[in-house]
Amino acid sequence: MPAVAKTGNEAMAEAMRQINPDVVAAYPITPATEIAMIFAQFVADGMVDTEFVAVESEHSAMSATVGAAASGVRAMTATSSQGLALMYEILPIASGLRLPIVMPEVNRALSAPINIHCDHSDTMAARDFGWIQIFSENAQEAYDNTLQAVKIAEDTRVRLPAMVTTDGFIISHCMEKIEMLDEEQAKAYIGNYKPEYSVLDIKTPITVGALDLQDYYFEHRYAVAEAMRSVNEVILEVGKDFGKKFGREYGLFEEYKLSDADIAIVALGSTAGTAKAVVDSLREKKIKAGLLKLRVFRPFPHAEIASALSKMKAVAVMDRSDSLSSAGGPLFTEIRSALFDMAIKPKLINFIYGLGGRDISKEEIESIFSELGSIAKTGTIKDLFNYLGVRGK
Amino acid sequence: MGWKELKKGDVLEAGTAQNFETGDWRSKRPIWHPEICIQCLFCWIHCPDSSITVDRTNSKMTGFDLKHCKGCGICAKVCPTKPNKAITMEDEKK
Repeated sequence: MPAVAKTGNEAMAEAMRQINPDVVAAYPITPATEIAMIFAQFVADGMVDTEFVAVESEHSAMSATVGAAASGVRAMTATSSQGLALMYEILPIASGLRLPIVMPEVNRALSAPINIHCDHSDTMAARDFGWIQIFSENAQEAYDNTLQAVKIAEDTRVRLPAMVTTDGFIISHCMEKIEMLDEEQAKAYIGNYKPEYSVLDIKTPITVGALDLQDYYFEHRYAVAEAMRSVNEVILEVGKDFGKKFGREYGLFEEYKLSDADIAIVALGSTAGTAKAVVDSLREKKIKAGLLKLRVFRPFPHAEIASALSKMKAVAVMDRSDSLSSAGGPLFTEIRSALFDMAIKPKLINFIYGLGGRDISKEEIESIFSELGSIAKTGTIKDLFNYLGVRGK
Repeated sequence: MGWKELKKGDVLEAGTAQNFETGDWRSKRPIWHPEICIQCLFCWIHCPDSSITVDRTNSKMTGFDLKHCKGCGICAKVCPTKPNKAITMEDEKK
């Protein structure tokens, strides 16, 4: 496998080229524009067999993608932030119809105020739409996750749509050295797609998305919930197989120096990279610090996370989005809920940080670990909900 | 039928609306006067509910599908015969 220099967006566009979807319908939005732009160039250059639909909005992009997928082909799109928000109406239709659409999504803040930089508000707001959500720490993971998402979404136990995210600009526009699969390897890995049904099969005419009121709506939604429950098993299988074939194994989350840690932080995306550097420097000072880098947010691996964190003394959950519920960020509330039934559990605090792309430094993460150290020692939490570095607080 | 028996996705066989009686709240019903009818099929092409029945062998109008007709009266409105129309509406309660 040759090493190449790629930005996160380039890496995801390359993954899409190797997936060679039948239909891509996309509309540009910063910082995800390049994904569709680079892919459109692949189409123009005849490097893929894709029908590219240049739509007039993200609402149409997702609608066209759903329509294409319902006709029984591989369909993809890519977006970010307000673009994803414009897709919200269609997102639960994709999962309700059990269409394994794979969508690269570049995390960006939601308006207002207008901001083009990274936070996770956009995909967090889409967390309950029946989409698998896989986060990436860097361009390599963005590439690997996009390929694996096809295998996961199309697995017959799953048949649900999946979004693979990167942090806007931090990953999407940062050039890194990544390893790509050889063309033949990628083609063999992705394989052929056998759809569950096709609205264009005139020999077996079907109705898709019919009215389904008090009588059977509940059973249909239960089937989606049940499919979601089988996703993590498939993610683990796919991650292990990917490791066996290409040398990079993936799980539901990564435990970085966690097994013997006393204090730990939980983070998603690129912050995990910064946190690893901090953990390394604390370990040199004999401080038992660790990191849980969550990869899969939907479905939420609650039992696995609870067991990985239960023996810690103090844990800080880092949320790069605010649910504005006045009761903590989305990751915090889920992890707190996951730990509720554990006999032994850590003291847990929440940090909302980095909204609108504000940088998070090693020093800030160090200060969080130092607060965790004092909580571990005293058993007292000063503030449960914290907003990292907000001026005037 | 339990959830396991359902097809993946909200997928059904086509044309199931046929089996559902949607005309039961009609307040007016169309009456056909075959002796006046000129078989122009204006009613058939304008009916929003495909409720004008036609004999497929000779393409002639044969009446109404009252299981699905909502009594909107479009067929009576567009009927071109003069001075009397070949389709008139009367109250369902009558």
